[in-house]
Amino acid sequence: MTAMAAGVTAGSHRARARRGRGRVRPWLYLLPALAVLVPLFGYPVYMLGLLSVFDYRQAQVSGGQPTTFVGFGNYATLLGDARFWSVLLQTVGFAAALVVGTLAVGAALAVLMTRIGTVPRVALSLAALAAWAAPAMTGSTVWMFLFDADLGLVNQVLGIDGFNWFFDKWVTFGVVGATVVWHSFPFVMVTLYAGIQAVPGSVLEAASLDGASTWQSFWRVIVPILRPLITIVVIQSIIWDFKIFTQIYVMTNGGGIAGQNTVLNVYAYQTAFGSSEYGLGSAIGVVMTLILLVVTMFYIRALHRTGEKL
Amino acid sequence: MKFVHSAVAGIAAVALVACAPSTAPTSGGGDSKSGTLRVWLYDEPNRAPKEKVVGEAIKEFTAAHAGVKVEVTYIPTTPARHEKFKGAFNDPSSSPDVAEYGNTDLAEYAAAGGFADLTADLQGLDVNADLLKSASVDGKVYGLPWFIGVRALYYRTDVFEELGLKPPASVEELTKTARDIRGKKPDLYGIAVGGEYTFGALPFVWGAGGDITSLDSPESRKGVKAYTDLLSDDICPPQACASLTGGKTVELFASGKAAMGILGNFSRSAVDAGVAAGKYQVVPLPGYEKGSVAPAFAGGNNLGVMKNAQHRSLAADFVKLLGGKQYQTKMYEAMGNLPTLSGARDELAAKDPFLKPFLETVAKGTKFVPIHPGWVKIDNGKVIPTMLQKVATKQASVDEATTEAATAVKTALGSS
Repeated sequence: MTAMAAGVTAGSHRARARRGRGRVRPWLYLLPALAVLVPLFGYPVYMLGLLSVFDYRQAQVSGGQPTTFVGFGNYATLLGDARFWSVLLQTVGFAAALVVGTLAVGAALAVLMTRIGTVPRVALSLAALAAWAAPAMTGSTVWMFLFDADLGLVNQVLGIDGFNWFFDKWVTFGVVGATVVWHSFPFVMVTLYAGIQAVPGSVLEAASLDGASTWQSFWRVIVPILRPLITIVVIQSIIWDFKIFTQIYVMTNGGGIAGQNTVLNVYAYQTAFGSSEYGLGSAIGVVMTLILLVVTMFYIRALHRTGEKL
Repeated sequence: MKFVHSAVAGIAAVALVACAPSTAPTSGGGDSKSGTLRVWLYDEPNRAPKEKVVGEAIKEFTAAHAGVKVEVTYIPTTPARHEKFKGAFNDPSSSPDVAEYGNTDLAEYAAAGGFADLTADLQGLDVNADLLKSASVDGKVYGLPWFIGVRALYYRTDVFEELGLKPPASVEELTKTARDIRGKKPDLYGIAVGGEYTFGALPFVWGAGGDITSLDSPESRKGVKAYTDLLSDDICPPQACASLTGGKTVELFASGKAAMGILGNFSRSAVDAGVAAGKYQVVPLPGYEKGSVAPAFAGGNNLGVMKNAQHRSLAADFVKLLGGKQYQTKMYEAMGNLPTLSGARDELAAKDPFLKPFLETVAKGTKFVPIHPGWVKIDNGKVIPTMLQKVATKQASVDEATTEAATAVKTALGSS
């Protein structure tokens, strides 16, 4: 609704500006935001790019050795590392699974929330908000305790004492994935719940009068109306899940057995920042930024279309 | 085409060099003979006894140097310590004069040019050559080894007695004993070993004549095989043990779940707090020859003088006092840290029989990680744990895993 209003005002502004004083005014309005954003984001990104073309380690920072320009040397090292590619692939796969999982759980619970009484709904949203509010570190540690081989509640309940959940690669990804989903579904749930609440009752009523089942009216009526919202949620989730670090780092002790559960951020930390290889680390940072920029472009497109469509 | 390409690259290079990232000014310190001597020491979980010993040393020091004050700051031992040290290297005004540091951090700090060369100051120190190496880079001594921790083989006397076993005297006997125990007592691990326990595995490699810098040599492979053979279902099942760190093996032994463990002298209090208390003995970790001792890792802390120190000679004097025999002995009594000076060790060996196996291990020769800034990369990149875990979980053969690890080590040590 607000998006629609914004779209309308933006449109009329644009028309008036074109008629009136040219194109300076929009920039004037943007100036305060730019004054904050450029130094805050522009400078670090500039430094990141700059460092990524230097051989820049602790010895260079403290002046023990001269800084040398290596051009794309850091990028060559990175892209030539077979492990980087396998980790990248693994990260993409894991992030994709997480996005699907988060969305499925979030959407299912959002629909559930529209159908239950006030008390269970409040209970559910409070529980979800608690999961949302829990710091990633705390949540990961708690889940790790739950799945502890000897003392964990899960093993005691299932009666499989001594079973190590963090031994097999896929089981480990499963447990860590569940933790990540648990952390991130509340956002999806709350957003979609708000969206569903905004679907006009008359439309749903019309659908049911035409003989649509609940399942049909969900897929054929609610989902198309929520499509812009879903797009945004999906892209946000992609960005979050691609950058996953804490859960993997904490729960698998830095990448699991023989590094089988490493994701890109953990890899970056271990090969670069943890070893004071600031140049190489910056190169990894730039590559990640580029990948996420592409995703963000889709995000902005989606936002833009929301304004047009409604 | 090629011209355009190189021209663009050239312009980019000029533009970038013109605004190269900043480095700290390279300034030496001073040699002021008065004022406040600033000292950084590692914080400890139980700091009071350490503080007391240091306090005594300061009293003695200030009595001998009129007009000098000593100010001690306790810094955390978490990875954040690197940031503090880097800050001190980069900014002379926030640098202390004297600092305690872990000897595995030395190469990186020395490469960064953070510590002063103490070779001349520490001439004739009563420290054996192996230990002095853990404080030297390229033949220059950058600190006084203050204390070390050494690992040896802890074993459960009650279990050994019940099964009629003797403490193993060779790697072969160790493996057999461990297997026998688990065979007869399936709820016990024969020996607690871990896939992430680098310093538990390295003695096996060193004992066989291998080293970190030659992990793909036949000797190193023999060591890797011997260690990973312990990570098997009939000794310490990979399902449970492949992901264990050294600290976790201490827990296993202390909680009575393992009949043996490769633990340090510094783990004594942890074991005494568990169910294994009073039911264990320690012998040196055996080598391959019957009756031999596997070289242990000489991890410990050094006392160094910062390059940015404002009181160069006072700082060296303080290092020699706090790192001297009297205070090393006191530090053992307060904290349980093994002294590095041979004289102090001999005295203690006579006093405390618990230390005998550890001191015997030190006397037989210790080993150290490569003194190279690249070690941090090997450590952070988990090169050795990955190698052990791949073998233990049968993702790779010993040959494949060691070849891969050797390449990673070579890259890490070659690139800087």
